[in-house]
Amino acid sequence: MIPLQVVSIVLVGAGALAVVLQRDPLRQAIVNSVYALLLVVLFMIYQAPDVALSMLVVGSIAYPLVLMVAIMRVRDRGEETTDRTGR
Amino acid sequence: MTPRARMVGFLFAGAGFAALMFWGLVGLPDFGHYHWPYGNALNAIATPERHTTNVVGATVFDYRGLDTLGEEFILFASVVGVALLLRKDDQARVPPDVVRSDPIRALGVLGVLLLFVLGLWVVAFGIVTPGGGFQGGVALAGAFLLVYVVGGYRQYHELLPHSPLEMTEAAGAGAFAVLGFVGLAYAGAYLGNFLGIGNAGSLYSGGSIPLLNWATGIEVCAALLVLFSEFLKVYMVPAAEWTPEKGPR
Repeated sequence: MIPLQVVSIVLVGAGALAVVLQRDPLRQAIVNSVYALLLVVLFMIYQAPDVALSMLVVGSIAYPLVLMVAIMRVRDRGEETTDRTGR
Repeated sequence: MTPRARMVGFLFAGAGFAALMFWGLVGLPDFGHYHWPYGNALNAIATPERHTTNVVGATVFDYRGLDTLGEEFILFASVVGVALLLRKDDQARVPPDVVRSDPIRALGVLGVLLLFVLGLWVVAFGIVTPGGGFQGGVALAGAFLLVYVVGGYRQYHELLPHSPLEMTEAAGAGAFAVLGFVGLAYAGAYLGNFLGIGNAGSLYSGGSIPLLNWATGIEVCAALLVLFSEFLKVYMVPAAEWTPEKGPR
């Protein structure tokens, strides 16, 4: 194993931990994107450009998009319910 | 269950999981020591047979094309499901989210153009370099989503009206299936490669693989945009409820 691979694996481990330790879902989606970019670097180092490209578009566009619109929707509904009980 | 008991349970389960993980990882072959038949066979025959220099693309769109057809329709069906769940009759909406900073808009327009060209390039050159319809399609969708981020709902909606978007998604998914039948007619097998294989390393190579790449790119791009539009429609506040002071909820 070359040093670059070791550094990348350690960074991916740290990134995964950072995603789990973040409690706010919206921030978690952003941290998860950063974690996805670390994975992209790992895949590139291990000579898998096709997988890296898939991870790049899924991790930085598709997955955060779906997460954020879903969070947005759930929060919106949560506020509506509090409004109704408050009235 | 007390936190202490929970912790003890976690430590046992975690230790067991770690041991199994370690056992599995130790058994993996070393990096670069692949010795199973299929990968080596594909690496050896894909470029001479199909004149494409992206073996992953040749595998996905040619040698196991039917599998990819299934994957396409999984995406299609899930987007249709989301659209059905979120559909509302009320359509009167206003854009409460217009970006007013000029530098952000200028940078955004640049980003939209760059991402759009990048997406087209990834789809078109999926037969030569890593990439293809799926990755390029998501990048194209990203370009359109940037329009919403740096413009607003009105700009996004004018650029991408809903029903043409849905038709484009269906057309992309359908084109893949139809190309399969063309293969059945001209190459003797469903999704068989029915075009001349061209010159390796150029845009004209891979036979019908680039056509399938484009069908997938269009489908994936439109699917993501339909998904986003559906969520956005639900989020937008009805015109009557919105005031400039209050802003969006």
